[in-house]
Amino acid sequence: MSIFKKMSDDVKKANEEHSQKVAAEATVEGELTLKKLLSQNLRQYGIVGALILLVIFFQVSTNGLLLLPNSFVALIQQNAYVLILSMGMVMVIIATHIDLSVGSQVAFIGGCLAIMMQKMGIPWYWAILAAVAIGLIIGAWHGFWIAYVGIPGFITTLAGMLLFRGLATLLVGESIPIKVEAYRHIAKGFLPNIFGWVGPFDLLTLLVGAFLIVVVIVMTFRGMAAQTKAGIYIPASAKTWKLLTMIIGCALIAFVTYLLASSGNAEQGGIPITLVIVGILFALSTFITTSTTFGRHIYAVGGNRKAAILSGINTKLVDFKIYVYMGLLVSTASVVMLSRSASATAVAGQEFELDAIAACFIGGTAVTGGKGTVPGVMIGALVMGVLNQGLSLMGVSSAWVKTIKGLVLLFAVAIDIISKKKRG
Amino acid sequence: MKPLIDKSKRPPISDEILLEMKNINKTFGSVVALKDVSIKVKKGNIHGIVGENGAGKSTLVNILSGVYPYGSYDGEIFFEGELVKFHSLRDSEKDGIVIIHQELALSPFLSIAENIFLGNEQKSGLKIDWNLTRRKALEIMKKVGLDENPDTPINQIGVGKQQLVEIAKAMSKNVKLLILDEPTSALNDDDSLHLLQLIENLRDEEGISSIIISHKLNEIGIITDDVTVIRDGESVGDEISVDEEHPLDEDALISRMVGRPLDNRYPVHESHPGKVKLEVKNWNAYHPENKSRKIVDDVSIEVRAGEIVGLAGLMGSGRTEFAMSLFGKSYGVDISGDVFIDGEKVELGTTGSAIKHGIGYVSEDRKVYGLNLLQNIRENTALAGLNLISRHGVMNKNVEIVESERLRKLMRTKTPSIEANVGTLSGGNQQKVVFSKWLFTKPEILILDEPTRGIDVGAKYEIYETINALADEGKAIIVISSELPEILGICDRIYTISFGRVTGCFDIGESTQESLMKYMTKKRGE
Repeated sequence: MSIFKKMSDDVKKANEEHSQKVAAEATVEGELTLKKLLSQNLRQYGIVGALILLVIFFQVSTNGLLLLPNSFVALIQQNAYVLILSMGMVMVIIATHIDLSVGSQVAFIGGCLAIMMQKMGIPWYWAILAAVAIGLIIGAWHGFWIAYVGIPGFITTLAGMLLFRGLATLLVGESIPIKVEAYRHIAKGFLPNIFGWVGPFDLLTLLVGAFLIVVVIVMTFRGMAAQTKAGIYIPASAKTWKLLTMIIGCALIAFVTYLLASSGNAEQGGIPITLVIVGILFALSTFITTSTTFGRHIYAVGGNRKAAILSGINTKLVDFKIYVYMGLLVSTASVVMLSRSASATAVAGQEFELDAIAACFIGGTAVTGGKGTVPGVMIGALVMGVLNQGLSLMGVSSAWVKTIKGLVLLFAVAIDIISKKKRG
Repeated sequence: MKPLIDKSKRPPISDEILLEMKNINKTFGSVVALKDVSIKVKKGNIHGIVGENGAGKSTLVNILSGVYPYGSYDGEIFFEGELVKFHSLRDSEKDGIVIIHQELALSPFLSIAENIFLGNEQKSGLKIDWNLTRRKALEIMKKVGLDENPDTPINQIGVGKQQLVEIAKAMSKNVKLLILDEPTSALNDDDSLHLLQLIENLRDEEGISSIIISHKLNEIGIITDDVTVIRDGESVGDEISVDEEHPLDEDALISRMVGRPLDNRYPVHESHPGKVKLEVKNWNAYHPENKSRKIVDDVSIEVRAGEIVGLAGLMGSGRTEFAMSLFGKSYGVDISGDVFIDGEKVELGTTGSAIKHGIGYVSEDRKVYGLNLLQNIRENTALAGLNLISRHGVMNKNVEIVESERLRKLMRTKTPSIEANVGTLSGGNQQKVVFSKWLFTKPEILILDEPTRGIDVGAKYEIYETINALADEGKAIIVISSELPEILGICDRIYTISFGRVTGCFDIGESTQESLMKYMTKKRGE
């Protein structure tokens, strides 16, 4: 391509000079980038540090109860709803909206599920599919009012919060118990131990863990190879950084594998089905936000809507799709929560939206939109989950749990704002 | 330009020093922003500070006004002969130093009077005394020449008048030294002149001294008594005194600012126009809020491949509105007219379809319409052309990195890495990212709306070179500008626009600033 003939010589020269300079300063620049990476992501790493401290604190104060295999599984199962909902909520908040209706939706969709299974006798798998369809329709309903009519998300979903709570109460009445065993298995069950046991360990879990570790290593090296092939210069520090995160990631997977493989009881154990669901949705949400044009558009819309419009982005469609995706996540959360509680009630899912929103902000999502990541928000959700779990293991009353969670949210965001001010 | 401000009426310049900043040093981490900068402002003088973007002018002003508090910098500040240690804006305002930023700090839904006394409410007891507020506001408004009802909300008056409200607000605080950061960057020539005259009146009648930071060197030449040049965080040479006998030598000033002689502000270029690339016929658009107001009135233009065509019009003439309505109907309602690209009729209903047809639009306000300041250079560069690097909605991020790095080098954007947030870049570099963003989409037609607004001389020259190179590649280019020297310096052909209509079309050889201005101010029916 002979673009910019006139300037190309100039540029070539500049390029050469630049690459020479880069080579000469490689080490210096490298250190700078590492430092910069650290300081840019200080908030994210700060919250990771907070999570580690919390885990250590509860590990000590509960005499090691927190990280017992079975309480780890319970942690995932009990907090699956925050994990799932906050993955969608982060996209909503990045795009400068909010969704207050998710808790009510969980009650409503749960009610629909219960009626389909218990009163209409529909098989549980068809009921789940229908529930997902209902979730998508509700998402489209909200998306329509927000994107195409222009009603602020706060108001639309506040209306949705009342609307679906009301409908849930009409549907469910007092409560509808779920008696379909297969369905109840979702929340409390594990993947079948098809490969049997190796000593105290579930072989399937070990194999999946090993497979994931291989995937992480292969992806890291293939990613770097692809970059080099594309002619992208990777500074030494960035390489070290990538390897370091890879090793930490693998170590984490290994640890979780160990916990899961030794979890369960006499009949079953290993990988909880809930974790599989959360894991798939996590991979999907991370992929959407980091690797698709839709994900990039979410950040563009949240950071500067006018500039996004002038960049040819159909911002209304982006808003609409975000709420539809939220609908998918809400319906999944409904399925998991109903399976867990084993009974549909009108008050199900209360304050779920607040937990999800809090997880987003603790996880470093900007209150004014435009910034936030799915992994960050997962950490935020885990902070909330560990607090829930740890405090209840310590026998702290739920009133105090709520109080403490409130303070944690406040301080997490305060630290963010203060550190931003200090950095200028 | 209009007749220059008459300098002969100026009262004798006093030698009394009002403000002295001595050996100011300021660092951000390991970056040295200011190195041993000293500046003296005499009482009753208008002092100009010029320098390229990123030279350290704003840092200096922020130190003076207490935004960077005493202790965060080295050096001393003497105001009215006394050593001052400001810890906040409030401190400096108490002493009579008021800063008016480029981005106005007014509350849009409050009235003129409320804004003037914002933070300084006129109270009797605990209650705001509205009659006193109005009366006092009217007094000050008269002084600054603002003929409006003090109850009018700010968002209902133009930018020029908003600027006057800012000055009125400063005067309500008994200002002794007024600091204006790029005061005329958003104003048209008439409003600019009015403002400059006001600043001069304030000096002559109220004894208020001013510091003016501006990129418009002709204005600096017209209004200032002394000029300090800052380059790379250091003051360059002694201050330059300007008076009737010694007018400001702009070229000498520029070479001091950029550190090299700049023989020509516009690169020499010869265009070779080819076939007609873009043709717009009978284009009309109406105001989005007031559908009876015709903003673009029967505009027909054509642009050839390889040609640089200027749209010369004052602010509010409909030139930006025309460009935006053309670019995927991003402005206006009831748009009608025909667009032909390469002789074929096209429909440009959305910005997306405009981009698909090879049109790029560099907007006049890069922070509002051009960039996402929260994202980095790479993400901003790729934003309008994500479909080019994606399959089934999944991006190839390595292509993104390679392409944005190539464009960064091509545009000579100064940054440590394409991963740097665009919010941290200087205006000139931000504008280069906007250009990169549109080059990323491989456009055939580029509409450049005020492509060099608020950027420094060196970066301007580089932008002009880019525009020429793009024309040489056969792209059709439309440049919208209110700076006539710029239009005359880079365009091959010029359309004048006034009141939403095309009032003339001139080859570059037959146009002068005066002749263009005549057609740019032509009223309906004339």
